[in-house]
Amino acid sequence: MLDIASPPEFTPLASTLGGMMIGAAAALLLAFNGRIAGISGIVGGLLGGAPRSDRSWRAMFVAGLLGGGLLLGWWWPAAFGPAPDAWLRLVAGGLCVGLGTRLGSGCTSGHGVCGISRLSPRSLAATATFMACGFLTVFVVDHLLG
Amino acid sequence: MLRLVAFLSGVIFALGLGLGGMTQPHKVIAFLDLAGRWDPSLAFVMAGAIAVYLPAYRLMKRRGRPLLAPTLELPTRTELDAPLLAGAALFGIGWGLSGFCPGPALVSLTTLAVPALVFGAAMLAGMGLHTLVQRRGAR
Repeated sequence: MLDIASPPEFTPLASTLGGMMIGAAAALLLAFNGRIAGISGIVGGLLGGAPRSDRSWRAMFVAGLLGGGLLLGWWWPAAFGPAPDAWLRLVAGGLCVGLGTRLGSGCTSGHGVCGISRLSPRSLAATATFMACGFLTVFVVDHLLG
Repeated sequence: MLRLVAFLSGVIFALGLGLGGMTQPHKVIAFLDLAGRWDPSLAFVMAGAIAVYLPAYRLMKRRGRPLLAPTLELPTRTELDAPLLAGAALFGIGWGLSGFCPGPALVSLTTLAVPALVFGAAMLAGMGLHTLVQRRGAR
């Protein structure tokens, strides 16, 4: 059961603007480098799979993500909200997200943003599946068991 | 130059995730909590991202060639197979449990907060496990 002291506020404007920045970042990578901005694929390629010559841009993208994280922490620390503190949720969640995104060839960025924009049938099916399983998991864990 | 663009893209991506609310796991879980205090904000993140990326993709597809690299490297597979659906299902379960997906998880590592570090380590282990299993299978 999650103990949320104050429920999150509805933030349509900030979320739309944040989404547009994500879309712009992904568009930049496509327009200049010809690459899909799928985070799990970019990181997965670094952990093995991608040829050596193909690793430096991946490493730089991940460095950019971390650099952006440091900037956020500096400018706007409130961007980082609380996470579940149950270790089981974090460890099992991490393993499922890591294995699942590699097995399913993508995550919220590669399938959910880039793939849907390309009207890829695989990405539409994957996004519908992970959304449905996310809804179901929260229902079971926080309502049935919580 | 390719590396500089990749770096800048990563920075802008991270700032967008933060502004959009994706680096707040409880907010993500509230988005997935249809039966509770549902917070639809994250649907706006997705809509905003697609609103920018879709026309950019169309334009680049028509142009046929990126500005700095020789080719557009786009996924070509179209089949809906078991690994795709099983992987997406597993990802959805992990996302609902933790409120983290891969991008925000990496960005959150910089806070050195314990939950982010625990999740990040488990996620990288899960990705590594996939690579190991694949290598075994290829042998």
